Amino acid sequence: MTQRITGAEALVKALQAEGVDIMFGYPGGVVLPIYDALYDAEDIKHVLVRHEQGAIHAADGYARATGRPGVALVTSGPGATNTVTGIANAYMDSIPLVVFTGQVATSVIGTDAFQESDITGITMPITKHNYLVKDAAELPEVIKEAFHIATTGRPGPVLIDVPVDVSKGEVDFAYPETVNLPGYKPTYRGHAKQIKQASNLIAKARKPLLYVGGGVIASGAAREVKELAELMQLPVTCTLMGKGAFPEDHHLFIGMPGMHGAKYTNYSITETDLLIGVGVRFDDRVTGKLSAFASKAKVIHVDIDPAEIGKNKPVDVPIVGDARHIVAALVEELRKMDAAPRTDAWMRAIDDWRNRFPLHYSGETGTIMPQRVVQRIDAIANEMGRELIVCTEVGQNQMWAMQFHTCRSPRTWVSSGGLGTMGFGFPASIGAQAGRPDALVVDIAGDGSFQMVSQELATAKVHDLPVKVVILNNGYLGMVRQWQELFYGKRYSQSVLPQDCPDFVKLAEAYGCFGVRAEKPEDVDQALAAAFAYDGPAVVDCRVEAEECVFPMVAPGGSIDEMLGGIPGCPVSEMLDDELLEEVWE
Amino acid sequence: MQHTLSVLVENKPGVLTRVTALFSRRGFNIDSLAVGVTEDPTLSRITMVVSAADVPLEQITKQLHKLVNVLKINDLDPAEMVDRELVLFKVNAPPDRRHEVIEVTNVFRAKIIDVGKNSLTIEATGTSEKLAAMEDLLRAYGIKEMARTGRIALARGSRES
Ligand SMILES: Cc1ncc(C[n+]2csc(CCOP(=O)(O)OP(=O)(O)O)c2C)c(N)n1
Ligand SMILES: [Mg+2]
Repeated sequence: MTQRITGAEALVKALQAEGVDIMFGYPGGVVLPIYDALYDAEDIKHVLVRHEQGAIHAADGYARATGRPGVALVTSGPGATNTVTGIANAYMDSIPLVVFTGQVATSVIGTDAFQESDITGITMPITKHNYLVKDAAELPEVIKEAFHIATTGRPGPVLIDVPVDVSKGEVDFAYPETVNLPGYKPTYRGHAKQIKQASNLIAKARKPLLYVGGGVIASGAAREVKELAELMQLPVTCTLMGKGAFPEDHHLFIGMPGMHGAKYTNYSITETDLLIGVGVRFDDRVTGKLSAFASKAKVIHVDIDPAEIGKNKPVDVPIVGDARHIVAALVEELRKMDAAPRTDAWMRAIDDWRNRFPLHYSGETGTIMPQRVVQRIDAIANEMGRELIVCTEVGQNQMWAMQFHTCRSPRTWVSSGGLGTMGFGFPASIGAQAGRPDALVVDIAGDGSFQMVSQELATAKVHDLPVKVVILNNGYLGMVRQWQELFYGKRYSQSVLPQDCPDFVKLAEAYGCFGVRAEKPEDVDQALAAAFAYDGPAVVDCRVEAEECVFPMVAPGGSIDEMLGGIPGCPVSEMLDDELLEEVWE
Repeated sequence: MQHTLSVLVENKPGVLTRVTALFSRRGFNIDSLAVGVTEDPTLSRITMVVSAADVPLEQITKQLHKLVNVLKINDLDPAEMVDRELVLFKVNAPPDRRHEVIEVTNVFRAKIIDVGKNSLTIEATGTSEKLAAMEDLLRAYGIKEMARTGRIALARGSRES
């Protein structure tokens, strides 16, 4: 059955057909036909943000927290260009978004018309695919394809540019049931021979290590990963994007790898004889100097994107496909082989490192330590029996959140990985809260990052999204200051932000939100508890130790077993006691 | 090493931009490029010559495969392909030397397609090597202008490109 309706109405109907019940956006001239059609669509909630970048980050946070694609709608020209950072961010982290931008009428495209910008050209390198729709009749098919492409294979953002005459034009609407994309056929099932080969290596390894990333979250493979880890007693490290893919209170969890990873994690990677990468991309922030990364190991790499395999690190057993299918197949194969865990001595070696080189920070003497704030957020949420979703900004705040927040399940950690976008966390928390109304959503923020997007307090307030922003207010662009302290002789060029400008409590109050300040260590619990209990958005201004650094730290380009705050120049093997060493090496 | 890539793409607006932009974004230089529709009007074939070592080439090929509009990529084996380029030379040819230029043209089985008072325009097709050799010889007379297409190629025999 077809129905003759406008392009704008077709767009809305297509969203309904895709099961979209919430979207984020900001209107303007050329999208008014679409906004007009949305006016009657009561089953789609529209969250009006205060800046288009916020709309994309919110849609992104929604997608990360729910697993469903995030949808955004903005106008042409400046509306469209304001989405660029958000789209690049989603692209780097493989987050499924469908972004609609308005465009000037097809008759004036290419004439530098008012608010014209070539957004498909601009976003070509930062979208998985994009479309400029030239005829209303194409809309249903294009939207169907866009959702399909965004959510399948390696997910990512897809942009649809809709000229105003296309929205106003007419279309015989019928939503297609299938897509016809001859050039797009992701591989899901792993190659049987490769799976067999990988299983043999896993069964034989004495010092294996499971290295899991965002791909495990995206494919919903956390259960399978846990099964594999427990079956073979494999230690597990999760990347920043993979946080939540494995319960961090599990004895096999050995922390985050890389630049600010724990020493015991990086030592384990340096010593492993079999690195099993699942849904990871050997990012430079993880590997440090590539030649020294897991240099004693054979490498198995499971990824749905063939282009990731061998991109940075040569691989012995590549397996292209969906992480969930493949890890399940590995478990099945290992069971068939009656493979038994052989990692007892290896785990004891890692535990020995863990005991000797734990993550740590100095005790408090009158000033709040930012790391403790992170731990108290966990503890208080726990005491309140609330499910916690932690979002982060970028900088030291993000690294402390990564190090000290104990994440237990997938899709409860929302953080900008590949692009490292300051100002992501807060709008993302709004999106996460919109998708997960019952969760306690906390943005662990920096004073710098939050100021990039603080106008979205209005969005949170007006839409009744009770997110909590906990600012680790150090009065600095802290991570920049840290690099300046370590590598630029403490010359703090343009990294100082007065701790009391703005007054974050008053700022929160100006938007009708709850604001509270913690100045002394003893204020922290009360401030957090009050904010978490408050029925609405809240800001906690924690005045933390200003010149605290994130340690340990691998110097940029350095090898990951040589950490500042580690033992300089000391080979890992010298850090193990001899008896254990013999057992592991044997 | 030089590779001849035969890339089958959907014949849609913007597809060539997506392909070439990917090369420049990932730091590759395209030595030559030729595009045209195939036996199937919904598909175009892009023939590209790129110089790259095997590992980076594999990476760019995989990235290229990820473009939704790209259907097939074939790194043609030089021993198993037929390839041609087309060149137009406008060569100085005053009456007293004209016959020499015509002789060169004949040797290369090229064609004179335009005659001026002091110049000849020659159309030549062939492999890069042949055309380079011809260009070398013609240089002695003075090449006033030259236009050259990119390489096009197909796999030999019944093999698909
Ligand atoms: C949009 C953007 N601009 C600049 C940077 C570079 N940068 C990385 S961390 C950082 C400092 C962040 O300061 P703040 O939000 O206060 O966090 P802190 O490190 O103090 O916890 C800067 C400027 C960035 N990541 N993103
Ligand atoms: Mg700061």
